[in-house]
Formats: sequence, structure tokens, C-alpha cells
Amino acid sequence: MAVATAVGRDVPASFVDEFGRLEHLRGFEPAWLRGIRRDAFERARETGLPTSRDEEWRFTSVAPIAALPFSAAPHAAVDEAWVRSHSLADGSAAELVFVDGRYVPHLSRVNGLPRGVEARSLARILDADGALIGPHLARTAAGPVFAALNTSLFEDGAFIRLSPDTVVASPISLLFISTLPDRIAMVHPRMFVAAGPGSQAQIVERYISVHHGAGLTNAFTQFLIADRAVVDHYRLQDESLYAIHIGAVEARLDRGGAFTSSSFTIGGALVRNDVTAILGGEGGECTLNGLYLAAGDQLVDNHTLIDHTAPRCTSHEIYRGILDETAHAVFNGKIIVRQDAQKTDARQTNRALLLSEAAHINTKPQLEIFADDVKCTHGAAVGQLDDESMFYLQARGIGRQAARGMLIRAFAGEIVDRVKLSDLRARLKVMLDAWLTRSAEAHSDLATAGPDVGPSGAEAQLSPSRGNG
Amino acid sequence: MTTLLEVNDLHVRVANQEILKGITLAVDRGEVHAIMGPNGSGKSTLANVLAGRGGYEVTAGTITYDGHDLLALEPELRAREGVFLAFQYPVEIPGVNNAYFLRAALNSIRKHRGEPELDAVAFMKLARDRMALLEMEPGLLSRPVNEGFSGGEKKRNEIFQMAVLEPRLAVLDETDSGLDIDAIRIVAHGVNSLRSPDRAIIVVTHYQRLLDFIVPDRVHVLSDGRIVRSGGKELALELEARGYGWLEEPATAGVRA
Repeated sequence: MAVATAVGRDVPASFVDEFGRLEHLRGFEPAWLRGIRRDAFERARETGLPTSRDEEWRFTSVAPIAALPFSAAPHAAVDEAWVRSHSLADGSAAELVFVDGRYVPHLSRVNGLPRGVEARSLARILDADGALIGPHLARTAAGPVFAALNTSLFEDGAFIRLSPDTVVASPISLLFISTLPDRIAMVHPRMFVAAGPGSQAQIVERYISVHHGAGLTNAFTQFLIADRAVVDHYRLQDESLYAIHIGAVEARLDRGGAFTSSSFTIGGALVRNDVTAILGGEGGECTLNGLYLAAGDQLVDNHTLIDHTAPRCTSHEIYRGILDETAHAVFNGKIIVRQDAQKTDARQTNRALLLSEAAHINTKPQLEIFADDVKCTHGAAVGQLDDESMFYLQARGIGRQAARGMLIRAFAGEIVDRVKLSDLRARLKVMLDAWLTRSAEAHSDLATAGPDVGPSGAEAQLSPSRGNG
Repeated sequence: MTTLLEVNDLHVRVANQEILKGITLAVDRGEVHAIMGPNGSGKSTLANVLAGRGGYEVTAGTITYDGHDLLALEPELRAREGVFLAFQYPVEIPGVNNAYFLRAALNSIRKHRGEPELDAVAFMKLARDRMALLEMEPGLLSRPVNEGFSGGEKKRNEIFQMAVLEPRLAVLDETDSGLDIDAIRIVAHGVNSLRSPDRAIIVVTHYQRLLDFIVPDRVHVLSDGRIVRSGGKELALELEARGYGWLEEPATAGVRA
């Protein structure tokens, strides 16, 4: 593996100021944590922000992060009814609401949790559970620069712990709201999920914005999946189109553990998602799904790493992207199969749909295989809407705009339809429809010319569920 | 006036090559016309130009459909006005449910005609009824459009769509290709049941055998982009017996006995 070298640009002064401010306020934090934070910040300053010379950041410039004068997030209030409208309606067992990175108890709900499950503010357990999370914080302190920055600068986040064999039937929802009203704020939410042996849970992480402000979210979510534990994770990022979002997910799986993570990216001007799964015990299963929609001049970069270190593990990865206007995407899917990881079954596909001439993607599968008895497949495809399919639909009376919507929905459906939570799936479909409506407006040539055009395009934009009934 | 379709001196280029070199053809309501000819004669080009497929450049001539300039209409408007092409190679569309697709198509057409849209229940009733006509497995309705269908299922699905959409002009582009005789019989039965005084059908085929089941009123033979012979149904039998070779030379008066 490539070792990060100190080729970066300096960590911006605003980060240094923020670290100084927090150091000042952190007299109450345990000494071990303050030590880790100082190490992490030191590490971040040594590494610097990545440049295009860094292989992992070749196509994604973080220059905007260096250029913007970030400051600490304000303590802003949000409208409770608005927050409620975003509540997950799948009878969630708990919903933790964070406003600008800080836990807000009166907007949150934790009373539906069964025995053996904790879901709470991370800031409030640092004293008590340092032995559990300390080593993991220390590890990320020495990790890539944004992980190190998160470790040094996080104020709050979520802590979820499942006792052995605890099954939470309803999802646990984490809702992160950026308000960003009048300054360019940065938040560094930190999440820690420890699923005990044989436990099962579904965790939904969502990032949304109240205003169209620019701001930085640098989130880091860690999962510890013990023996036979099963965790379904959904991560939806629909922040402002001016936001910068750096989001990392890291999962470590023990023997027989199963982790499914589905990533949905809709918002953000500059988005970088890193998903890392380490299959550390025999028979683990990991599924990484992703869907990203990008238009305007959005840049969406998905990096995934699946590290097979133990035998007889399976990994499945499907990513799909839809790019319009001058959007730019990066997909880098790395799979490592270590020497001991015999009988590995790893499959990866990623496809991107380009809806305009100017949209583009840099896509790279990366397989590093050191074991000899393995099945590894990968496939990548980048294309436009299929002319034949468009004509077939039009030849049956369906207008271009509606036909295009059908084909794009079908493409996205490959990922959206795998979402097991019905409310989340329905919300994703609504977001996709809204995105398609905006996209159709950007392509005025989609209207059917000629007599009696009517609103027939809109007619066919029925949801598939209505059509099936 | 009973003429539904009038093609007049139609010249079409594909990729800078002239494929149709002056086609003139009139089809009346209630008639079935067969267009026959060897491979490469321009049969499918004519079918595709009628439906409005891209990539075909009309360099001269006109197509008048029900008094309208057909060439001025987008493909979806042609379909809404009642033009239907049964594709030679039906397209597989993964992720788009067959029933959803067809109901959207039907409702686009109904809306265009000023008729109320069919709700899901009424649509399913209609669809099941028409599927029975084509002896299709009802399960195909809930599958993605043509995905994983056998060749025969795809062709039947085309005629099933025709039966649901009830076009005024149906163009069947080599619907018989790839079908065994039983499947041809089923498809032909479906087509025959859709024959009506208001509807014209153009059957594009290489072989006579489909015309044993769908008996045409008129037969036109296309060769090198021109109609070289027109006649009644007996012309198809003559082609069956003699092949296309004897048509290669331009027709001159008196040659046809």
C-alpha cells in the first residue's frame, strides 16, 4: 500500500485557530483524549491537505477547503417542525438529531430502544467508555489527514453500542443538520458503532442543510462488527449545493460478521466519500452499494477499499452514478485480497450514466490479490442513455422527458430498490424525482415538439409502485 | 377518403448511402399490405422511417398520414396519432416494468386523444385480456421490458403491445423472423384479430410463410430501394416459388405474364 507522503499543502490557519480554541475549552476532557487530539492534529499538520500529487486525491482538488475562512459552527436553533418533517417514519427505535455537529436532546428521541442498546451523544460518554473507543481514536489520529483532523477537532457525534445477541428491529436514525446561516462553518461529527457478537441493527446516517450556505462537514463513522453481528448502514448526504462534505466510513468485521453500507450522494459542491471495510475474521460478508447524482459543477469522489484479510469472506460492491451538466465524478474501488484470505469471493461493478457532453468521470477499479484460490471480478461501464431504449419508449407514445426519466429511474433503481427501509426508499425516490425535474429543466430540448404537446411527459412520471398496482 | 397512408417518391439516406430511392405507396384503411424483398432491399428502412427512428435522412419525398405530414412529427407524436412499429429487434429495458411501461404508453396515447387515463385495475384487466389473445404467460407483465424474454416471447410482446395500444397504422417489421411455426400461428392469430375497417397493417417480411396466416390485400416487392412489383396476394406465392432473383432486372412492360 502506498504510504502517504508529506506532499500536502499546509493545514489552513482556520483549522489551527479552531484547534487552539477547542484546546482552551477542553480542560474537562480526560487527559488520554487530549493527548490523542494533540497527536492527531500534529499528524494532520505534518501531512497537510492533499494535493493532486497524492494518488488518492489525483482528480479531486481540496483547494476550496484551503481557500475558505472556516470558523467554528454557531449555536443555531432550527425549526422543530422542519426537523420533524425529516424524521424517519419507519418506526425508528431512536433518532439522534445533531445541529451543526452538536447533539440536541430536545429534538432527539431515544425511548424506543430495547434493552441492551445504547444510542447517545459521543461527547457524553468519552469519560466512561474511553477504554473501548480510545484505541480506535488513537488509530485514526495516525490515519489520513481528514481522519486526523476529525479526531482532533470533533465536538460531538453518536455512540451506539449493542450488547451481544441484541436485535434492534427498527432503524436507529442519526440526523445531521447544517444551519450555516451567516458564516462558513466547519463541523467534524464523529460516530462510533460497536455491534456486539450476534447483535443486529440498521443505522441510518443522514446529512441535510437548512440553508444554501457553504460549510465543511468532515464526518467519520467507525463500525466494530463483532462475531456474527449484522449491521445495515445507510448514509445519505443531501446537504446544500455549496457545501463541502468529506465523509469517511470504516468498518472492521470479525468472524461471520456482516456489514452492508449504502451510500447516497445528492448534495454538496465538493464531496469525498471514503468507505473502508476490513474483513478481519473468517466468513465475513460485506456489501457496499452507492448511488450518486451530480449536476451543475458538483464534484463527487467515491473511494472504497475492501480489505480481505481472512479466508472465506465475500464482498459485493455496486456503485452507480448519474452525472449531468458539467459534473465530475471520481470512483476508485480498491479490493485487497491478502495472502491468508483464501476462498475469497469479491465482486465489484460500477457504472456511470452521463447525461451531458461535459459531464465526466474518472473511474478505476483496483484489485490487489495476494492469495491464489479466490474469485474476484470487477466491471466498469460509463455510458449515455441508450438511444435504442429511448426510441423504443418514444415509439410507444412516451415523450422524451418521461422516457428519459424512466430509464434514469431504472438505472438508479438498481441501488434504490435494495434499500430495505420503506420510508427511506420513498424519500430517495422523491429526491431522485426532484433531481430529474431539475435536470429536465436544464435540457429544454426534451419537450416533445409539435401539436398538442400537453403535460403528457409529467403523466408518465408515475412512480413504478403506482404503475405496478 | 379512405387512404390512411400515402408515401410519395420517398428517398432516404443512411450514413450517406441512399437506401430508399423513390418509394410511392398508398395504404387504405382496413387493408393489409405486405412489403417483401431480399435482405438489404430497404424494407426495414421504410418501417423505421415510418416510426421516426433517428439516423435516417429523408432527402426527398413526402409521407402523409391521415392528412398530416408524418415526417414533421416526433416519434412519440406519431405513436399517439396511432402509428405502431412492431420492432424487428425489440429492446430489452432492464429496470422498467413491462406493465408500468405499457400503461404509461397507453395513457400517453389516451391523453392525446382526450380520453381519461386508465387506472391500474382497469389497465390490468385489459392487459390480461390481450395477453390471452397472444397466449402469453401473465407473469411476463411484471418482468422488466423484454429482459430475459426468449425471441418468441419478445415478438409476441410486440403484438401484445399492439393489441393494447390499438393503433390505426401498424407496421410489423419481420415479426416472423426467429419464430417457429407454432409461434407464427399465434402471432398471426393476434394480428388477424386486430384487423378492422379503421386500421391498416403493413407486414414487412422476407418470407411468404407469415402471409399464409396473415393474408394481405396487396403485396409490394422492394428491391434496391424501389418497389419493383405490386400485386395481390398471389404475388407472394410467386415469390415463394421463384425467389427474388427474377426481380433483379428492372420491370418492363409485358414481362409479367
